[in-house]
Amino acid sequence: MNSGDTAFVLASAALVLLMTPGLALFYGGMVRSKNILNTLMQNYIIIALIGLQWALFGYSLAFGPTQGGFIGGLSYLGLAEVGPEPFKAYSETIPHQAFMVFQAMFAIITPALIIGSWVERFKFSTFLVFSLLWATLVYDPVAHWVWGDGGWLKGLGALDFAGGTVVHINAGVAALAAALIIGKRRGYGTEAMIPHNLPMTVLGAGLLWFGWFGFNAGSALAANGLAAIAFVNTHFATCGAALGWMIIEWLVRGKPTMLGVASGAVAGLVAVTPAAGFVGPMSAIIIGFLAGVLCYLAVLAKPKLGYDDSLDVVGVHMVGGLWGALATGLFACKAVNDAGADGLFFGNPAQFGIQVVAVLVTLVYSFVISLILLKILDATMGLRVESDEEVAGLDISEHQETGYSL
Amino acid sequence: MKKIEAIIQPFKLEPVKDALHKMSVQGMTVTEVKGFGRQKGIREVYRGMEYQVDFLPKVKIEVVAPDEKAESIVKTIIEQARTGRIGDGKIFVYPVAEVIRIRTGETGDAAV
Repeated sequence: MNSGDTAFVLASAALVLLMTPGLALFYGGMVRSKNILNTLMQNYIIIALIGLQWALFGYSLAFGPTQGGFIGGLSYLGLAEVGPEPFKAYSETIPHQAFMVFQAMFAIITPALIIGSWVERFKFSTFLVFSLLWATLVYDPVAHWVWGDGGWLKGLGALDFAGGTVVHINAGVAALAAALIIGKRRGYGTEAMIPHNLPMTVLGAGLLWFGWFGFNAGSALAANGLAAIAFVNTHFATCGAALGWMIIEWLVRGKPTMLGVASGAVAGLVAVTPAAGFVGPMSAIIIGFLAGVLCYLAVLAKPKLGYDDSLDVVGVHMVGGLWGALATGLFACKAVNDAGADGLFFGNPAQFGIQVVAVLVTLVYSFVISLILLKILDATMGLRVESDEEVAGLDISEHQETGYSL
Repeated sequence: MKKIEAIIQPFKLEPVKDALHKMSVQGMTVTEVKGFGRQKGIREVYRGMEYQVDFLPKVKIEVVAPDEKAESIVKTIIEQARTGRIGDGKIFVYPVAEVIRIRTGETGDAAV
């Protein structure tokens, strides 16, 4: 046990927790004022909902003793056997509970990311049920495959330092399924749907950037050189992405925008997540810069693809996550972290292939299960609020309160 | 008595107010309003989605003054609020039937 490592991981867990309220502000500023509280509320209640799911059975399913590499067993139900002693397969120097609660924050923010695809129309009760089922049937197994002791993708050698696949591709493709099944907002394409408070969005993006240091550097699970590498990569990739988005937008549309820079920063944070502990800082800058460019182009393509992914979860998290996971297979370098692997650019094309497999498996699994869950909920609870409730806004129709009063 | 209602560019409020102050206008009411005239709206772009924004922010100033001062007030507002570009706004002048000061019950010019 190491007191420095323990302090660092506990502090990192608190940083990662802050990302979810940060995400609430990031998303909240982009919706119309009549839906602000509903958007904040979904992000906020998910902390409580998935927090308890994690304590009761989520952690056990994700990190319990493996059942054939596919799911954790039930022996950690109710945090049984998860105590203050280290669990050596995950970390020898921090308490098992510290690892568990650090991971809890990842389990919380992942379903929260999907919220951006369905805001302004999704029924709140159905949202709760979907999020609980999705965390249990999608997040927990995928986390087990990639990070769990004995997980089958981990065994394959897939590199995912802090959750590019488990968190961002996973949530991003679920968001695609949700946007397709739930359908467009009323008036999408004809009415102006203008962000009601971009300063709020910018503050949210800043909190995400800040919290992400816990997400990525904390994933070293120790206060050591690897944590510093991940911290440095996280920062410089994000700088590259914010500039990348600004430049491409300036070239394409003629003006650099604040929403663009905030979105670019998030795209960079997403893309560097799987790579943070495996690449050098110059590689991180390239990964980040290209993430800004690619995600901007993905967001531009959305109207042509015809689905209403309201806040671009697909364009930012799925595309950024895909790029990051594949880029890890290109730029990874054992000279940076010998627990990792060399990527294609360092003479090991096989690693790129492994990354492709991990990405495809996650895309297909998350998309299919999300689709099935949404279809079942559509037939039972219903997915959308009534059309007049949507016009009135979800703050008043779902929560009987308003965000702003004169 | 006349009521002068001027719709102007928001950034012109300060110079208009200062100039009216100097000519000892006793009071005014200011409202943030939205609207369009010949200028029409503008286009805004958010993450590549382009929206036509029809109603632009303007400021509405209302001043009530004795008949003989009305013309010079209108002139002052024009001088201060004019940029020469489209979107400078409009001024409407109305006759006022009565003015009553609530505190004292005074009426007419004495109440302005």
